[in-house]
Amino acid sequence: MIPYILRRIAQAIPLLVGVSLIGFGLMHLAPGGPLAVYTLNPTITAQDIERIRIIFGLDQPIHVQYLKWASGMFSGNWGYTFFGGRPVLDVILERLPATLILMGSALSLAIVLGLSVGTLGAVRRYSVFDALATTGAVFALSFPTFWFGLMAIYVFAVQLRWLPSGGMFELGNEGDPLDLLRHLILPTMVLALVLTAQWSRYARSAFLEVLGQDFLRTARAKGLTQQQRLWRHAFPNAAKPLIALLGIELPLLFSGALVTETIFAWPGMGRLFVDALTMKEYPILMGMIMFTAIFVIVGNLLADIAIALIDPRVRMGA
Amino acid sequence: MTAALEASPAQRVMARFARHRLALWGGLAVMLLCAAALFAPIVAPHDPVALDTSRRFLAPFQDWRFVLGTDELGRDTLSRLLHGGRISLTVGLVAMATTILTGAVIGILAGYLGGIADTLLMRFVDTMLCFPQVFLLLVVAAFIPPTLLSISLIIGLTSWMEVARIVRAEILHLKEQDFVTAARALGASPFRIMAVELAPNALAPILVAATLKVASAVLIESYISYLGYGVQPPLASWGNMLTNAQGYFDTLPWLAILPGAMITITVLGFNFLGDGLRDALDPRLRMDP
Repeated sequence: MIPYILRRIAQAIPLLVGVSLIGFGLMHLAPGGPLAVYTLNPTITAQDIERIRIIFGLDQPIHVQYLKWASGMFSGNWGYTFFGGRPVLDVILERLPATLILMGSALSLAIVLGLSVGTLGAVRRYSVFDALATTGAVFALSFPTFWFGLMAIYVFAVQLRWLPSGGMFELGNEGDPLDLLRHLILPTMVLALVLTAQWSRYARSAFLEVLGQDFLRTARAKGLTQQQRLWRHAFPNAAKPLIALLGIELPLLFSGALVTETIFAWPGMGRLFVDALTMKEYPILMGMIMFTAIFVIVGNLLADIAIALIDPRVRMGA
Repeated sequence: MTAALEASPAQRVMARFARHRLALWGGLAVMLLCAAALFAPIVAPHDPVALDTSRRFLAPFQDWRFVLGTDELGRDTLSRLLHGGRISLTVGLVAMATTILTGAVIGILAGYLGGIADTLLMRFVDTMLCFPQVFLLLVVAAFIPPTLLSISLIIGLTSWMEVARIVRAEILHLKEQDFVTAARALGASPFRIMAVELAPNALAPILVAATLKVASAVLIESYISYLGYGVQPPLASWGNMLTNAQGYFDTLPWLAILPGAMITITVLGFNFLGDGLRDALDPRLRMDP
């Protein structure tokens, strides 16, 4: 097990290097480069900018700059915001809990719903339920998330007045879990829509694949009931591609969270990103890009380790 | 059974496609939308940017001259939807072409050359896949002034990775076939083998991916237009029509319902069409194995 984990970590390192190279490249692609904020400020003279260039090390060869930047990232120094000069990493981490709450609740809902629908569809293949579920999944994947969100706000917040239309807490109610729950329902629904559709599609095809295998025919020949075959034999095998999906889905989850947070004024990372975009806060934008990419790499690593834990073939084999 | 065996491959593909009823509907929707977009200047009853504040916020079916009503500046919604469709579909198609071209070139190179080139290219694919697409897209879109072409290119250049993987897998399988060995024995250059022998044979999965990519490009365009970094007003796109509508949608929901419905129909049409093509062209790639 340990050799497998080490090998898998070793594979993640080139990815981290690649991600940092692209991130560094993007930073220099930004209009005005890393000094944009100073060149736009009329009170700063050309000599000042020259001095800042030297202080920041921007007069040095590009590979030296990259190494400095990368080692800074590694030791937690992600630069400072243009406005306020706060450490970028602090600003991002501050917003992380809100996003994790939203992503976690949407993902749990999607997994429970998607797994049930997909499994049932695979077991009762070509039934009316299966046809409705697979068609419904394509519909769900075709809705523009923000449009679905606007419609949800119109129906449940504006017309029915059952739920708040945005935010995380009512004013003066900060930290009240019940209030949080009420605010969480609509964004969770919206973010979970696409995820549920994906999970049901993947679960269906993962189960269909497993249900056709020889060992399930053997289990049937042994006289095991359908329940036993499904839970003891089919489920652990179908779980593998589904755990892999968890890792693959992470970038999508962040993208979805960005749109959902914008519609519902949810104070998470997605919202921070959109705000940073309007304020041209390049350090935050770059920090967020790097943060999400690293999050995705680590997520995939954990998913692979989990797969190796349930399947000895993976950790022994290639 | 014998009839099926006698049918030509093309006939069999057609028969499999026709059995997929939703794909037929998807295809019909796509054709109608493309026709509407193509002939928008002729079909549209009004100029999509003509303002007239004396007729603001007409509801649909209230005035026969403005069948689907008007927006906050008195512009005809139907005309804006038609012209917006032109924009959305153009972005969708150009982005798809960029995606397919980039993905196919990288996939074919990686699959055929193998070795270090394969490793490097596929590591690049893996790296690009680590970034959430909307984040990457918005940053680049914020850096360069948005034009139709730049938006399409950005969408295309951030979504080619799956295509590269699909094409590479196909090439790995194809390059072991006898016709490639024969071409090599005849002295064909690697470029000729890749462009003339391999690429046409990988067309089926590429066609399927292309259809599905139009759907996702239309969806993504609407996201970035909605967030204000896409197609700029006064040019109408379905995404920025929704952004406009957001300000009034608690009292005038139809302003938001109509463009959203157009996006959904378009994306749904291309998705069903793509699913049907996949079933018809390449039974191996089917969603249910």
